[in-house]
Amino acid sequence: MKAPAFDYQKPRSLDAVFDLLASHGDEARLLAGGQTLLATLNMRLSEPALLIDITAIEALKGISVQGQVLRIGALVTHSEIEASALVAQHAPLLSQAVPHIAHRAIRNLGTWGGSIAYADPAAEWPCCLAALDGVVVVRGARGERRIAARDFFLDLYTTALAEGELVTACELPLAQAADVFRFDELARRHGDYAIVGLALAARSVPGGLGQLRLAFLGLGTTPIRARRTEALFENTPFTTMQLGALMDSLLDELQPLADLTNSAATKRHLAGVLTRRLLASALAA
Amino acid sequence: MDDKRIIHLSVNGESRHCAVAPRQHLVDFLREDLGLTGSHLGCEHGVCGACTVRLDGQVVRGCLVLAVQADGRAVETVEGLTESGTVRDLQDAFVARNALQCGYCTSGMLMAAAELLDTQPNASREQVRAWISGNYCRCTGYQAIVDAICDVQASRRAAGVSA
Repeated sequence: MKAPAFDYQKPRSLDAVFDLLASHGDEARLLAGGQTLLATLNMRLSEPALLIDITAIEALKGISVQGQVLRIGALVTHSEIEASALVAQHAPLLSQAVPHIAHRAIRNLGTWGGSIAYADPAAEWPCCLAALDGVVVVRGARGERRIAARDFFLDLYTTALAEGELVTACELPLAQAADVFRFDELARRHGDYAIVGLALAARSVPGGLGQLRLAFLGLGTTPIRARRTEALFENTPFTTMQLGALMDSLLDELQPLADLTNSAATKRHLAGVLTRRLLASALAA
Repeated sequence: MDDKRIIHLSVNGESRHCAVAPRQHLVDFLREDLGLTGSHLGCEHGVCGACTVRLDGQVVRGCLVLAVQADGRAVETVEGLTESGTVRDLQDAFVARNALQCGYCTSGMLMAAAELLDTQPNASREQVRAWISGNYCRCTGYQAIVDAICDVQASRRAAGVSA
C-alpha cells in the first residue's frame, strides 16, 4: 500500500523542531531513520498530517566518550554502531547485539534514538539499555531531562517522553576490564523479531560472576530485568554451583506474555535456554 | 498538503531535478517518474527486499525512504550498477548458477550481495545466508543464490580484487 498524503518539513535546529511539535501536537510525527514509521505509513496504521525530518540536526549525531559515559546520539544508525571502535571498546554488548537487528538495508538507515523512543519490547536496543542501566537524554522546549532506563520504558510502546520532547542521546557506563557481556536471541529466521532475547552483563570475579544483570526482550510489554533473581547474587558472586538456584528463581520470576505463535510456557522455556547458554559462555570468559 | 517539493539528487551518476509529493517513496519515484524499473516493489513495508537500492553508497529499502529524503543525495539502482560493470561478475554468477527463475527478487539480491562482497569479502557461507535473509526469493530456495555469491567471493579473492 501507499502512504496517505502528509506534509513534510526538515528543520535545521532543535528549537524549530519544538516549535513544529508545539503547533502540530499529535498530528506530527518525528522522522529519523523511518524504518518503522514508513512501514506503518505505507500500511496506513498511522496517518499523521506532518512528518518532521530531524536528520539535519547535528546535535543528535555522533558517538563520543564524555567523562565516565559513552554518549550515543539519537541519529546514530545501527550500521554506525556496528562499525564503531568506540562502541566495541566501551559498550561491547551493543556490538554483539547489532547483527541481530533486522537486515543490513534496514540497519543502514534505522537509528538508535528511534529504537529507544519507539520502545518496542522485542527490539534489541531498549533491552541493552536496560541491561547496562543506561540513561536516556531527552529535550523539549523547556529543557533537558535525564531518565534512567528503568524509569523510561513504561509500557507497550510507551515511554516517559512528555509531549513535545524527543530523545537526543543515551549515556552508557564505560565497560571496565573485568566486565563481561553476552547477547543472544532466538528467532525463526535471522533478522526476524526474536521470540526471546537476552542481554547479560556481569563482572568477572575468580570462579564466578558478580553484579549479574539479566535483561530480556520479547517477554513482556517492556524490556524485562530479572531483578529478583539478580538480587540473589548481589552480595555473593554467581558460580556454576548456583545454577539450579538461579534457574529456579528466574523461571518463577519471569511471567512472559504469549505472542501470536509462541505460548507463555514456550517463551519461559526458551528464556531459560538462553540464560543457561549465556551464563556458561560468560563464566568461560 | 500534497504540494510537490523540488529535489536535487544524483541518480546513477546523473544529476536530476524533480518535483515529488512528500508521500511518494523512493522506488515509486525511480520507477514511475524516472522509468528505472529495475528496482521492484514487493511488500511495500520493508520485509521482502525487492526494492533494495543504494543511497549514498549503502543499501536501503527503497519503500522505506521517501523521495524527498533523497534530496541532495546519491541514489544507485541496478541499472547504474549494470552500466558501470561493477557487478558483472555477480550477474554472470547468478546466470551460471541458475540463481534466479522469475527474476523479481534479483535486482534486490544483487544490491544486497554487492554490499556484502564489498564490506565482508571473507564472509562464511553462514554469514552470506544471514546477510541475504532480508531479501525474499520465492523460486530458488536460496541455495543457488548463496552458491553464486560464494563463487564471486572466491573468484575475487583469487584475482586479488577484494580487500
